[in-house]
Amino acid sequence: MTAAGAFPRGRTAFAGAATFGIGECPGYTALEMAAQAGYLALDDAGLTVADVDALFVCLPDDFLSGLALAEYYGIRPAFTDNNRTGGSSFLCHAISAALALDAGLCDVALVTYGSNQRTASGGLISALRSSAVEAPHRPMMPVAGYALAAMRHMHLYGTSRGDLAAVALAANAWAQLNPEAFGRAPLTEAAYFAARMVSTPLGVKDCCLVTDGAAAVVMTRLDRARDLAKPPIALLGGAAEVTHKEIAAMPDLTVTAAARSGARAYAHAGVVPGDIDVVQLYDAFTINTILFLEDLGFCAKGEGGAFVSSGAIAPGGSLPVNTNGGGLSCVHPGMYGLFTMVEAIRQLRGEAGARQVPGAELALCHGNGGVLSSQATLVLGTSATV
Amino acid sequence: MPISSEDGTGSEPVAPDTGPEAQFLAHLRAGRLMLQRDPETGRTVFPPRLRAPGTGAPLTHWAPVSGRGTIHAFTVEHRRPPAAPEALVLVDLDEGGRVLSRIPGADPDGLTIGAAVRARIVVPDEGTPHIVFDPDPSA
Repeated sequence: MTAAGAFPRGRTAFAGAATFGIGECPGYTALEMAAQAGYLALDDAGLTVADVDALFVCLPDDFLSGLALAEYYGIRPAFTDNNRTGGSSFLCHAISAALALDAGLCDVALVTYGSNQRTASGGLISALRSSAVEAPHRPMMPVAGYALAAMRHMHLYGTSRGDLAAVALAANAWAQLNPEAFGRAPLTEAAYFAARMVSTPLGVKDCCLVTDGAAAVVMTRLDRARDLAKPPIALLGGAAEVTHKEIAAMPDLTVTAAARSGARAYAHAGVVPGDIDVVQLYDAFTINTILFLEDLGFCAKGEGGAFVSSGAIAPGGSLPVNTNGGGLSCVHPGMYGLFTMVEAIRQLRGEAGARQVPGAELALCHGNGGVLSSQATLVLGTSATV
Repeated sequence: MPISSEDGTGSEPVAPDTGPEAQFLAHLRAGRLMLQRDPETGRTVFPPRLRAPGTGAPLTHWAPVSGRGTIHAFTVEHRRPPAAPEALVLVDLDEGGRVLSRIPGADPDGLTIGAAVRARIVVPDEGTPHIVFDPDPSA
């Protein structure tokens, strides 16, 4: 396993962050949305596209979007990364950007994403393609893959639909504090249970939103970030791991690779789960939050259901989770991973308004791709934590 | 179509100049559920691979498998009406390998994790041959 010293702890930082078009953004292409989020993140940092020499992007409808965005901006990036590990891509981008910045291969890295899939297509655009052994069965992927994991977790640990409801209700309660969230309409437990079943045990309210939305972050080395417009948010650790593509090949349906990506990210950062002040998890479905809380060490394996049902992750609880409302209640434009980073940066800067976690110094972001297939974890901190 | 278990010459590839996926599908078309065995674990590998997952060890032997297995997990998919709810299952084959499949005709509400099932080969007129499962009361 990699040594803790292999990661450039605190030597790179997030200098800018922005979102654009959360909810519905009719009349914009995905490329325009990603470009605009990037412009806004550069504005936030006090930089321009002329400063960008590393581009990290993967759009839902363009496998060559790294090229398209370079052309759009009229820049000639020396480092372009089009990594596509599903919704975890952007956390992987940040890891690669940190390594490239620290090595001196580039000076300003822009990570951006945008999708107009709610107003343009009206449904989730999934990048998943079934293999020859999966395709004849026409599974309802991705939801059925997560449902199988949830059924197994219920079987082994007694996790209940009430526990899943607690995740959905907590996300909605946070969204009500976020003016940007698309799913701010209050959700009740009765409405959760009355919602249409999709793939047992997951109903409509266990599934993320389908929205438009764009997000972007700007990264530089920490010394440069200190001279820019906003307080730098340091990247203290980052690690990723892939276990499979299709759900049948997942080594254990109730243990994700977050257990290993998280452990390595904590080791890079020199922190433990109990040190983390605010947590952003990729909640494509309610079971994700339970699995990742367990795998990332916030509670023991099998105790995630009881943990969320205790109220721990809701506003006022002991562990603020998905303070923007998450993919369940804030925004989910096909891939959500980058939004975990923007929300963590806003919390660590103290910019989160009514949902601000007081005095937050350390944040964890976790991205997920495929059907629990790819996991990527980042630990972010204020300057005081470096 | 029943699964052939009397074929003891399973190491003979039926489509020798193709990759393992095409060989597996050719066996299915011929009515045989054949899988490769990982010599290091003694377990069969699903889906077919050029070499053993995780180790890269050679996989040279195609062997018939019983098709017996147990339900590892299932979910009942609810498509929009008039489609009836339909179970999607993960089955652990007795000889090794986990398969995503269906249990056609089974009452989705009657399924349980750990229940015994047995594979049945489906060769559609158009489309890819595949296996589905039936409850196995004999197990």
